[in-house]
Amino acid sequence: MAGITETTEKLQDFDEVELLSFRVGESEYSVDIMSVREIRGWTRATSLPHAPAYVRGVINLRGAVLPVIDLALRLGLDVEEPNDRNVIIVVDIDGRTVGLRVDAVSDILSFPRTQLHTPPEMTADQGNTFIEALTILEGRMIRILDLPAVVPSAQEVAA
Amino acid sequence: MQEIRASFFIECEELLEALQDALQMMEGGEADDETINVAFRAVHSIKGGAGAFGLDDLVAFAHSFETTMDEMRAGRLEAEAETIALFFQCGDLLSDLVRVARDGGDIDDAVRSNLLSQLEELAGQDGQAAEEEVVDFQPMGISLDLPAIDGLPDLEADSAAVTEATETEANALRHVEIRFSPEPELYRSGNEPLFLLRALAGLGESTVCCTREALPDLEEYDGTANVMAWQIELHTNADDDAIRDVFDFVDGLCSLTITEVGPDDPGGSGDEVTAAPLPVDAEPEASLPAEPVPEPIRPQMSEDTVTQAAERPADTQRSKPGATVRVDLDRIDRMVNLVGELVINQSMLAQSVDASGLSGNTKIASGLDEFQQLTRDIQDSVMLIRAQPVKSLFQRMARIVREASSDVGKTVRLKTEGEGTEIDKTVIERLSDPLTHMIRNAVDHGLETPDDRVAAGKPEEGIVSLRASHRSGRVIIEVADNGGGINRPKVRQIATDKGLISPDQDLSDTEIDNLLFLPGFSTASEVSNLSGRGVGMDVVKNAISALGGRITITSTPGEGTTFSISLPLTLAVLDGMVVRVGSETLVVPLSAISETLSLQKEDARALGPQTQVVRVRDTFVPLINLGTELGYSPPRESYEGAIVLLISHEDGQRAALVVDGIEDQRQVVIKGLQDSYGHVPGVAAATILGDGQIALILDPADLLMNASGQSRPHQLARTG
Repeated sequence: MAGITETTEKLQDFDEVELLSFRVGESEYSVDIMSVREIRGWTRATSLPHAPAYVRGVINLRGAVLPVIDLALRLGLDVEEPNDRNVIIVVDIDGRTVGLRVDAVSDILSFPRTQLHTPPEMTADQGNTFIEALTILEGRMIRILDLPAVVPSAQEVAA
Repeated sequence: MQEIRASFFIECEELLEALQDALQMMEGGEADDETINVAFRAVHSIKGGAGAFGLDDLVAFAHSFETTMDEMRAGRLEAEAETIALFFQCGDLLSDLVRVARDGGDIDDAVRSNLLSQLEELAGQDGQAAEEEVVDFQPMGISLDLPAIDGLPDLEADSAAVTEATETEANALRHVEIRFSPEPELYRSGNEPLFLLRALAGLGESTVCCTREALPDLEEYDGTANVMAWQIELHTNADDDAIRDVFDFVDGLCSLTITEVGPDDPGGSGDEVTAAPLPVDAEPEASLPAEPVPEPIRPQMSEDTVTQAAERPADTQRSKPGATVRVDLDRIDRMVNLVGELVINQSMLAQSVDASGLSGNTKIASGLDEFQQLTRDIQDSVMLIRAQPVKSLFQRMARIVREASSDVGKTVRLKTEGEGTEIDKTVIERLSDPLTHMIRNAVDHGLETPDDRVAAGKPEEGIVSLRASHRSGRVIIEVADNGGGINRPKVRQIATDKGLISPDQDLSDTEIDNLLFLPGFSTASEVSNLSGRGVGMDVVKNAISALGGRITITSTPGEGTTFSISLPLTLAVLDGMVVRVGSETLVVPLSAISETLSLQKEDARALGPQTQVVRVRDTFVPLINLGTELGYSPPRESYEGAIVLLISHEDGQRAALVVDGIEDQRQVVIKGLQDSYGHVPGVAAATILGDGQIALILDPADLLMNASGQSRPHQLARTG
């Protein structure tokens, strides 16, 4: 058993990463495909009082209450009003399920993990840029989102 | 095996509860002869079950405890206050031992040996019999049973039998009368009574006698019917368990009664199986006969030993409080969820029927009505399954009071009221920690030291009361002490020192009291062993609000402090009024609304530059514009014609909520926001409406507490 586990770990190190990439405004972002539960069309969200602006509200996901975060607002990008072409990517983050509103889903990417780069630290973007890693693919820069940082913790919300 | 073990522990909890009850009765002086028997039987049954699982520690302690209690049963020991107090402590240790046996952990050996020596002292005061029993007890109860566990399916009956075994093993040679009457199935399954009788004879000197009373005349004889029974007189040193082992393979295929004829044993066992409930040790013996009538598991579990109670035949002379079934909580939860979906579905259906214009059809309309009624009934019944009385919770608190008061050297009595109040099981479980904390606080901080109490002209004994009641669709739990009340100047001082408030802040008494709930606040100047470990009332408050509850303090200097917790009755459904505010739909709990009004021109009057009040008959009520409070819409210019919900809160606080329209009144299924998002001020939960949209359920009390009251469009200030 131990041998198998070890091999798996090694495989993961050199393995391909699979990402779901999507567009937010003019930029392209991506998340690990393993954290994506489903992709669904935009539906009007019920807004939550006293919530941070980037929390669009909650929607009904087959009987469950799903908070939806507007990624453009969260990342400090230009925001258009949500329209029917927008999609909600439902992701699992540390056991919590959250929807992310993005403009459109573009692609599923896969490339060796070694191609990932740590983003350089820049002070002009105040606070967190929410980017975990970067890579270049066919000339495009792909940003990989730091999901746990994007989603406010329950404490943050209560405060 | 695991399952049986688990059910043993469930059983233990019930038995411990019965023990607590009995001890409390004894403490209150309401004890009769039966009370001590109940307590004794509870301990005895735990011992029996524990023996079957090889829980030596538990068996050993239960045995000493039981031995001492037996002295009292025999009238050799008076039920004095100290003895009862000791019994309480023993009960606590016993429940600790059960817990350790179940979850692992450690027991304070010093406490145990101290209690043991006290027990022995009491038991030893009168005669040596008990002592001897202690000595020769150990080898039996455990070792005897193990083979049975490994090989045989009917373990539960065995563990019942162990009870008997451990009880009677002190006697050397017993005279036992066994009545054995096989059912036809016994023969059909190829068993042979002769072998059984032979095996029995191997246990000791036996006299077998075939009873032929049931034998009909030859012409009426039916070859397949059972007419033979045997009466065996056995002189043996084997215990009932060993005897029962002989009949293990035919369990359920025969009726078997084992009756002790003599000689007398100190435990006083040996009563007839079918005798009235009073006889002490006889009950477990009833475990084998095979009549199919199930016996109810009783909440008090006064007589029954192990879980097989449900399968056991009824003792016809006992009263039956209704049969019960143990169900896995997960299954109930799944059902609750499904019923929730059903309710949503029903309202969606109703809405689409409405939309399609079919509601004019009386048949469809009345069918829908009936459907709605049914869903409601199902919902209520399902909720009832989850409800449990708070009694078990209160009993745990009794222990906390005992421990806490002895730690700080105060005499404290716990008064409980409304133990029968039923709350959702999850709520009960999650109340345990906050209540423990509050009780400790009450004992440690709330009550004064005995000297101070005497100096203040109060009785030395402090009283902590725990009350539960239903009030307007919520459960109210109050923790009160009759101590000195909150020392407000001190609280203020501490809050200032800790930088929680600024020194010149103007605070009302209530506001000062509420400082206790601030994170990082602890009034004890020194960290005592009891409370004040850095977790304060803020943790309690968070736990309560996580349950959708609220906590309030009232305190009168010199008279005491009361914390009251108000909780929703269930966590699943609610009757609500569906209202429209701006572009959103909201649900306001019906229980909070006392009336609805449409405002006339002169009803709303300015109070301050941004706030208004509404005149309702002869009183003025603050006007709260829901749209503004929740950030959905700016304040209105005029409130003429506005629709207002008059909200009244338990503590008498009232407010007029302005909404844009009332849409419906219906039952909604509560969907928590806590898990997926977190707490939203003023919002209790969410629900899904008939059109699939999510609507927020307001928490009016929370809303009022945080309301800015801004209802006039002078300037746009952010609400807090």
